[in-house]
Amino acid sequence: MADPTVRLTIDGTSVEVPKGTMLIEAAKQAGVVVPHYCYHPSLPSPAVCRMCLVEVEKLPKMVPACVTPAGDGQVVHVHSPAAQKAREGVLEFLLINHPLDCPICDQAGECELQDFVFQEGQAGTRYADYPKRYNPVEDFGPDVLYIPNRCILCTRCVRFMDHVAETPVLTVAERGDRAFIGIDPAHRLDHPWSGNVVDLCPVGSLVSKDFLHKARAWDLDKTASICPGCTQGCNIMIDTRDDVVVRLRPRPNLDVNRHFMCDTGRADYRWMNRGDRQETPLVAREGALHPVEWDAAIATLAREVEATAGRTVLLVGRRSSCEAIGWAMRLLEGRDVLATMAVPMGDTAPLAGIPDLALRAERAPNLEGARRLGASARWVDALEMVPEADLVLMLDAELSDADAATIAGAARVIHLTTVADPRLGRPLAVLPVTTMAEETGVFVNRDGRAQRFLPARTPPGMARPAWSVLAAAWAEGAPERRAPSTAAEAFAMLEPFGGLTHRDLGFGGRTVPAPAGVA
Amino acid sequence: MSHQAAPVGPVFTPERRAQLEALAQRYPTRQALLLPALWMAQRAHGWVTPEAIAEIAEVLEVSTAHVQGVVSFYTMYHTHPVGRHFIQVCTTSPCHMCGAADVVAALLEHTGCGELGATSPDGRFTVVEVECLGACGFVTPLLIDDDFVESVTPAGVPELLARYP
Amino acid sequence: MGWPHPIHPGETPVLSTHFGDPEARTHAGWVARGGYAALRQALAMTPEAIVEEVKASGLRGRGGAGFPTGMKWSFMPKDDGKPHYLCCNADESEPGTFKDREILRWTPHALIEGCAIACLGIRAETCYIFVRGEYTEPADILEAAVAEAYAAGTLGADALGSGRRLDVIVHRGAGAYICGEETALMNAIEGKRGNPRIKPPFPAVAGLFGMPTTINNVETLAAVPHILVRGAAWYAGLSRSSPKSTGTKLISVCGHVRRPGTYEITMGLPMDELIFDLCGGMHDGRSLKAVIPGGSSVPILTAAEVAGCPTDYEGIAAAGSLLGSGGMIVMDDSTDMVFQIMRLARFYAHESCAQCTNCREGTAWTTRILERILRGEGSPSDLDLLLDIADNMTGRTICVLSDSCATPVISGIRKFRGEFDAYLSGDRAPALVEA
Repeated sequence: MADPTVRLTIDGTSVEVPKGTMLIEAAKQAGVVVPHYCYHPSLPSPAVCRMCLVEVEKLPKMVPACVTPAGDGQVVHVHSPAAQKAREGVLEFLLINHPLDCPICDQAGECELQDFVFQEGQAGTRYADYPKRYNPVEDFGPDVLYIPNRCILCTRCVRFMDHVAETPVLTVAERGDRAFIGIDPAHRLDHPWSGNVVDLCPVGSLVSKDFLHKARAWDLDKTASICPGCTQGCNIMIDTRDDVVVRLRPRPNLDVNRHFMCDTGRADYRWMNRGDRQETPLVAREGALHPVEWDAAIATLAREVEATAGRTVLLVGRRSSCEAIGWAMRLLEGRDVLATMAVPMGDTAPLAGIPDLALRAERAPNLEGARRLGASARWVDALEMVPEADLVLMLDAELSDADAATIAGAARVIHLTTVADPRLGRPLAVLPVTTMAEETGVFVNRDGRAQRFLPARTPPGMARPAWSVLAAAWAEGAPERRAPSTAAEAFAMLEPFGGLTHRDLGFGGRTVPAPAGVA
Repeated sequence: MSHQAAPVGPVFTPERRAQLEALAQRYPTRQALLLPALWMAQRAHGWVTPEAIAEIAEVLEVSTAHVQGVVSFYTMYHTHPVGRHFIQVCTTSPCHMCGAADVVAALLEHTGCGELGATSPDGRFTVVEVECLGACGFVTPLLIDDDFVESVTPAGVPELLARYP
Repeated sequence: MGWPHPIHPGETPVLSTHFGDPEARTHAGWVARGGYAALRQALAMTPEAIVEEVKASGLRGRGGAGFPTGMKWSFMPKDDGKPHYLCCNADESEPGTFKDREILRWTPHALIEGCAIACLGIRAETCYIFVRGEYTEPADILEAAVAEAYAAGTLGADALGSGRRLDVIVHRGAGAYICGEETALMNAIEGKRGNPRIKPPFPAVAGLFGMPTTINNVETLAAVPHILVRGAAWYAGLSRSSPKSTGTKLISVCGHVRRPGTYEITMGLPMDELIFDLCGGMHDGRSLKAVIPGGSSVPILTAAEVAGCPTDYEGIAAAGSLLGSGGMIVMDDSTDMVFQIMRLARFYAHESCAQCTNCREGTAWTTRILERILRGEGSPSDLDLLLDIADNMTGRTICVLSDSCATPVISGIRKFRGEFDAYLSGDRAPALVEA
């Protein structure tokens, strides 16, 4: 039995929506964006900005689309002259105290006030020769600055802290045009998810200190990705400028992280810009490591694997993709393999107002993917096996000094890595691979959701995606084998995912049921 | 009621706490006690101190930020010390058109405050302008502390002030 | 009575009969004057019967909206099992209005009785009387009266021995005109910033503490005992002009009249009779220029528009304004209309809660333009600008404070344009000096 729906017309387009849908959401289905500020799909609606007023035929006054449910048979006008004049009026009112800070404001280029003023506002202001309201800048806490002069009092930040973070440290202070956002002086904005207020702020009033004056929005390239911080798998955008990652932001996914990401994940991007990368493949010859072309490197990898009679210990790095892990396992198919993923642990930090959303203790985005692909041993067990192992194959795993010493003592080590590690002595080969920020791949989060990420920057030097190195080595094992030529092909050929393709995952990901027998 | 001495002790002495809890029986939420609690704090100390705000937040089980938002909204709560006697004069249109401005001038002169919002050098008075006090037929009305005084004239100001040492 | 003046023959004392009589404030004094007989009567009636009687009387909200009271009470659910609340709006902060304070300080028991009866009519056991914080003396008197009523057993778990609970709690405000708006009032009782709420939901569905609630003005509730004791027909018969405006109205007259005060008149009494006869007319050598008949939020009337206008809902509406709260501001020819309109705009700017963009910024901008005109720095385009801003402030916001600021600006520019032009042209010397 389907849920009841209503049918209505918005700007001439007929739509059918579930009963209870607000006009502002119904309008999206009609392809109409109702300009707004205080409304946000992940926050309760106060209808205070008055931007979203629309005309509904037969109603005496214009109504705010964010709190007015769609009614059967309604005829709604978002772009009628009256609605446009109303919006023009609100924009003019907002600009009478809002300073002309665009040249020095971080939000420029991604500012909703700029956007709607440009789209629908007046060219000039009639607010002549009065001083604008002034309040000094306030440091709200670890990463957030509040610039009250720019604040349009949409109250999204207050509602986020009250209802989503459930840590009410912000409030509206004062009254009338003297109002501003106040913070409880005994607290800082240090909630583990408080950085989201910067994204929520439609203007440049709440800004990130980390990003302050770093780059202009229009200089940024934006890439869809998945946060590599923990098993939650928040969807993100990686913003780069001239191939340097300058910012991570959440990307909406109503099934995973809604519109949010935690501050830990947000801040953890500097490693993507490391300059000390391994750029050339190295192969051990006559007691020393020599740079070689990829053909020679791959041939060495294939030969050494082939020559392995005993156990192989596979040490997978915490940010390894399904493609990388899957093709490592494929390369080692039929052999005695003990595979494990290095997973640093940390504190959890739930976002109280959203079910099933938290910074997770396991700081690895693809732990579930690793398990499904067979890398499910405990790290300590695998390390214990190293002295007896015939081959240690490393997939960009991070090592403690003790672990490094253990591995350096192993006879045969092949090191696929992003950064060289002198503690390992002389491996058989050092093969430069890309980070997740430089390749296409899939992570499977703690809920079994396979999600795709895209490359945000160019790989340094000769670095290649790990899956392509491993698959090429696999292909050398038999003449009829053909290595996949793209990450999508590499993923589609992985059995545990039953032929699922990248296209199937889209940009929202898909839950993949765990195959029987996987822990 | 108003005095400049540093506040002594908590808002909720055992006696005041008992009063508060008795009042709590008349409302379904503790948050509803907020305006009455802020009045208790102001009566106790002469103004609503940051310590009082924190104390009230804890006793009422609401956030300090919420209490601050409320205190800054309602203009009758002082968030800083004021003169021993706090004078609020109405100057909205009905009073203004009947001479309220002259009463304000007389008050500023005879209190020694000099300007609105300032406390007199001897700490005795603070004079502020407020909006309609709801006594428009009795111009000029004003509040001195809790005393609502009607029909104040400029000539009557010195005698009125004399009643408040 | 034309409190504080002696009762004028042109008045119809009903609510104001005991204004000025300290005895009437006491429980015993009130009972001796016939008080609480109506409550006894109501305790023997069904809620529906009470509501019907009030409906038949034609009583309309006396706080400013003029909504039929009986109909408002009938919106309350009958069988929902939830606690119902009555809120009495004693926030009286509309400039020009000072009539509720007289009920509070002279006949508090009339209000208590009216609240109790209203509770019975809407199936509530609890009434919160929200008194503005500045009304120190009236609130003290009211609290004393409430205490007396509890001591006498008129209120409490067993009201007048009926076995039914009736509770009245006085809740003091702390300085915010906006708390006179019914949803902001509820927020103030709940211990929040006095922000008006979006409607729907309407208070009768989800109001105070989320429960079904009715909010009524002091004067409205004080009329209820009279209606019950003397009958709806009697009340409905008190009407001189329009059958839709019945009963008496307290008009608080202020400004430029000889005898400002609170006058109780039959609905429909001619406004010029009220001003020139009851109130004693203009000061020596002065002539009437303008009247704001119902509190600063209603349109200004010129002297010509006042002539022949009955003081009731329909009459004043026909003249282009509203009866509103009945706070009548009388202005003679000495009045600087531009200055007073500026001062009203400044009032609204000070009282805006800050939620809606149009109000928060528009009230302040309007004030600044008017101040600039008064400084002699205005230009002719300023008037069109003021009118456009007023248009952008009307019908666009959560509550009508925004509209209320626009109203005197619109009616002022339309009807007293010459005074604005005098400042713009420099014919009139600036009334303000600094920014």
